[in-house]
Amino acid sequence: MSAELTFTIDGVSLTAPKGDTVLNAAKAAGIYIPHLCFSEGLKPYGACRLCIVEIDGVRGMPTSCATQVTDGMVVHNDVDSVNRVRRMVCEMLIADHPLVCLSCSANMNCRLQDVAAFLGIKGSRLRRMVRKPIVDDSNPFYTRDLSKCILCGLCTRSCHELRGVGAIEIAGRGFESRIAAPGDGPVRDSTCNSCGECVDRCPVNALWAKHETLPPTATVRTTCGYCGCGCGLELGTRGGKIVRVRGDRNAPSNHGSLCVKGRFGLDFVSAPDRLTTPLIKRNGVFEEATWEEALDLVATRLCEIKEKHGPDALAGFSSAKCTNEENYIFQKLFRAGIGTNNVDHCARLCHASTVAGLARAFGSGAMTNPQSEFEHADCIFVTGSNTTEAHPITAISIIKAVVENGATLIVADPRRIELTRYATLHIRQRSGTDVALFNAMINVIISEELGDDAFIQGRTEGVEALKACVADCTPEWAEPITGIPADKIREAARLYAKAERGSIAYSMGITQHTTGTDNVLALANLAMVTGNIGRPSTGVNPLRGQNNVQGACDLGALPNKYPGYQDVTDPKIRATFETAWGVPLSPDNGITVTEIVNAADSGDIKGLYVMGENPMLSDPNLNHVEHALMNLEFLCVQDIFMTETAELADVVLPAASFAEKDGTVTNTDRRVQRVRTAVPKPGEARDDWAILCDIATRIGYPMSYASPSQILDEIATVSPIYGGISFERIEEVGLQWPCPDKDHPGTPFLHQGEFKRGKGKFHATPFKVAAEEPDSDYPLLLTTGRYLYHWHTRTMTSRTKGLEAICPPTPIEIHPDDAARAGIQHGDVIEVSSRRGTIEANAHVTDRSPRGTVFMAFHFHEGAANRLTIDAVDPIAKIPEFKVCAVRIRTADPTKKTDDA
Amino acid sequence: MRRSVTATATHIPELESVLARYSREESQLIPLLQDIQDHVGYISSESMQAAAAHLNIPESSVYGVVTFYSQFYLTRQGRHKVRVCQGTACHVRGAGEIIRAVSARLGIKPGETTKDFEFSVERVACFGSCALAPVMVVNEKVYGNVTPEMAIRILDELT
Repeated sequence: MSAELTFTIDGVSLTAPKGDTVLNAAKAAGIYIPHLCFSEGLKPYGACRLCIVEIDGVRGMPTSCATQVTDGMVVHNDVDSVNRVRRMVCEMLIADHPLVCLSCSANMNCRLQDVAAFLGIKGSRLRRMVRKPIVDDSNPFYTRDLSKCILCGLCTRSCHELRGVGAIEIAGRGFESRIAAPGDGPVRDSTCNSCGECVDRCPVNALWAKHETLPPTATVRTTCGYCGCGCGLELGTRGGKIVRVRGDRNAPSNHGSLCVKGRFGLDFVSAPDRLTTPLIKRNGVFEEATWEEALDLVATRLCEIKEKHGPDALAGFSSAKCTNEENYIFQKLFRAGIGTNNVDHCARLCHASTVAGLARAFGSGAMTNPQSEFEHADCIFVTGSNTTEAHPITAISIIKAVVENGATLIVADPRRIELTRYATLHIRQRSGTDVALFNAMINVIISEELGDDAFIQGRTEGVEALKACVADCTPEWAEPITGIPADKIREAARLYAKAERGSIAYSMGITQHTTGTDNVLALANLAMVTGNIGRPSTGVNPLRGQNNVQGACDLGALPNKYPGYQDVTDPKIRATFETAWGVPLSPDNGITVTEIVNAADSGDIKGLYVMGENPMLSDPNLNHVEHALMNLEFLCVQDIFMTETAELADVVLPAASFAEKDGTVTNTDRRVQRVRTAVPKPGEARDDWAILCDIATRIGYPMSYASPSQILDEIATVSPIYGGISFERIEEVGLQWPCPDKDHPGTPFLHQGEFKRGKGKFHATPFKVAAEEPDSDYPLLLTTGRYLYHWHTRTMTSRTKGLEAICPPTPIEIHPDDAARAGIQHGDVIEVSSRRGTIEANAHVTDRSPRGTVFMAFHFHEGAANRLTIDAVDPIAKIPEFKVCAVRIRTADPTKKTDDA
Repeated sequence: MRRSVTATATHIPELESVLARYSREESQLIPLLQDIQDHVGYISSESMQAAAAHLNIPESSVYGVVTFYSQFYLTRQGRHKVRVCQGTACHVRGAGEIIRAVSARLGIKPGETTKDFEFSVERVACFGSCALAPVMVVNEKVYGNVTPEMAIRILDELT
């Protein structure tokens, strides 16, 4: 903590850390200084002139938002001389503000009311010049009425300064000043991405959320159920429904910020088509059933298959959307209850190569440093991560590092993603050539002696193997492979290597390749050769996708690991778990998601239990997946909606959503955070863990817990990295594992002083080509990814009309030259084919895509990109190559054209 | 689908040649806009997009600046720009009659442009040439002690 300063406000003695402003210090002490244009996290603006104070020895009335506390400072706040000036300012604001407080959505929650009440304002002496309502209703989530606007600039500043979007600005001058999108057009036509930061910060509800019609009667703090950023949410509820969503300003990952999905995309919780009762398929039709019937049937079928074909004929897909406790119970059901290690989950499809690669290089397969540390890195190398869309809150830290702290940003991505706006250097490698790029960068670093020799000598092993591997990988060698000019590769290598605190951020653009593990290992090589790891704001940082994909891995929803990344093949560890769980356990590694699908197809897997996953849209080569699932003797799906996968099931069990359950989830920072019940479960839906316990009991392995808290306590006894974590300790703020005991403060960044595995290990990663390259039959490269407005298989986001309105199915991004060659115009419905399937999509002609590459998101069942993708996998991690396959495009029925595109 | 934040570079040759003369520093915005206006006559939305892309700043920031300064025009202006002073000295010396006469002659109100884009008329606050009041500036030429008849003659000479 920095030095404390002592000062007084109106005679009250206070302390504040050095650098704190008078307004902040007053707020912290609970002293009200009127203000309108200040908001946490934004730079002081000093525009509203209401937070003025008098300070002994200082001329005039400085603004307290922009004045730093000095030792011994004497501040006068609530005094006549200051309040007289404030009253005049307030009266000027009120003179053109409609005084319709009773019917205003801000009533009782309006900062202008607060100021007026504090100052005892009775009206304005000035001539009233109130505008008629100037309403922009174009955005699906929020409405703006400029007649209520007080021009504090909080909306424009949060849009530019905090979110880096800059969709709106103050236009005009004097009385004509107004908040405007370019050309005073509707905000929907601007670059606004509907994050709602402006709505949250508007002090007078000149901007308000459409869904907020009534104030909440209760508020629950929880963690967002969408992505791995792990944002703190405050859910306002009333009558069993979510009526308001706010970011938790005290949450370490988001400090109150949210993205469009977290803030406006929670309609799915109370969607009318939620599953509310167990369903059993009889004669091809689902019929409602009681829990007794359904659970008995599931238990009977699982037992039958186990008896007839052995436990390894059964498999389970656990869920990165469920809590840690539920994942723990799921794998315990399979390992201890059924007796097989055939349990895996969708991390196989996103970061299996990270877990494999980083564990080999460092000994731990998680993000080395937390998201917030990007802010203080001096060079950030982002590759294979469309951060602003897939991890919108992480992107805030990266943008802040560049804009506020002057960091260098290198983006290596084939697509011109939004982050490139902030990039010092954007290099566009051909999809599938990442290893060639990284090897060439390492070649430059070694040949120009830019590496950290002390680090290499002291903390790593195997550098000779690396040197031999990259010796011939000059930038000139990489240029024709990657398509990046050699001098740009040199520049990237130099920028990263010369950084004091260089940080690498990556995501599925790196992992989802047949060379996924090599890609990750090559990034680890890059970090170690420059010593950019084991310190704050450095590291190799895989941004994890789902809200609890980190936790699902941590808790052993992996075929080769018990909870806490302990090998199932290690007899000593197995003995520990056999003692803890009271039964003998299988000594063999189980099989992975992709292998389970193949085994179902060949008939080796007879029964599959799917909890909260939708492989019928998320897995590669869907036609093959469909065939495999149809081939099963028994399929049980536990979910909150009738998904594409559930449609194929024999039994469907209704589960609770994130807003209806207690538990913990682990975000991409390895931070274990609470999820809390905000609203009741619909119909007869039940907690996933409770359903699983009942099934375990019915198959002869009784499990029962009073609460998720009790399950977490059991987890702490078997998983050392969670050893010190309990509900009690994370009540206020989550803890970052490893946290081995009750007194351990958690671990913000990994590998300080020593790697988890001892010495960091360099691996030789020779370049290999992708499984399927474009050719004359299929001349274009298809790469897949995500959009900001949808979540994975769209099960949740499609229930929010606004998200569907902004991002309807199914766009395909095509470079103008490729479109021209195929005679395709923007907006045409086109046919996209690969060797595995054909779909239709709407052409978006844009140079976001490089020449020769088309891009599709995998969200949409109408035009499912995964009908095209290839199920070739990485030999180590078994992750499929979602990022590269060959396709061809042609105009579909020429009469078809969409309005939207 | 919402517009991408990453704007695409311009393909208008006239703009490209202006943009090429400016570095990509944000501080170049106002001189760049002035230069665009000199060449194109006004600041179109394409120009704003191009300037934003060139300087790597949001288009809204450009719009904020363009609408703040009265020197920037958002619509195409006439070939001849007629600016009549309405400052205190000119007002006292009969500027009102001059603006009425000019408006009547051209058939447009102040702030408007003739349909054939020959003339635009504007009221301005002060040229700082009060000794010559009333003042009218046509293109870059300053006329002092203007009478309504004289104003019409000046306009007629231009057509």
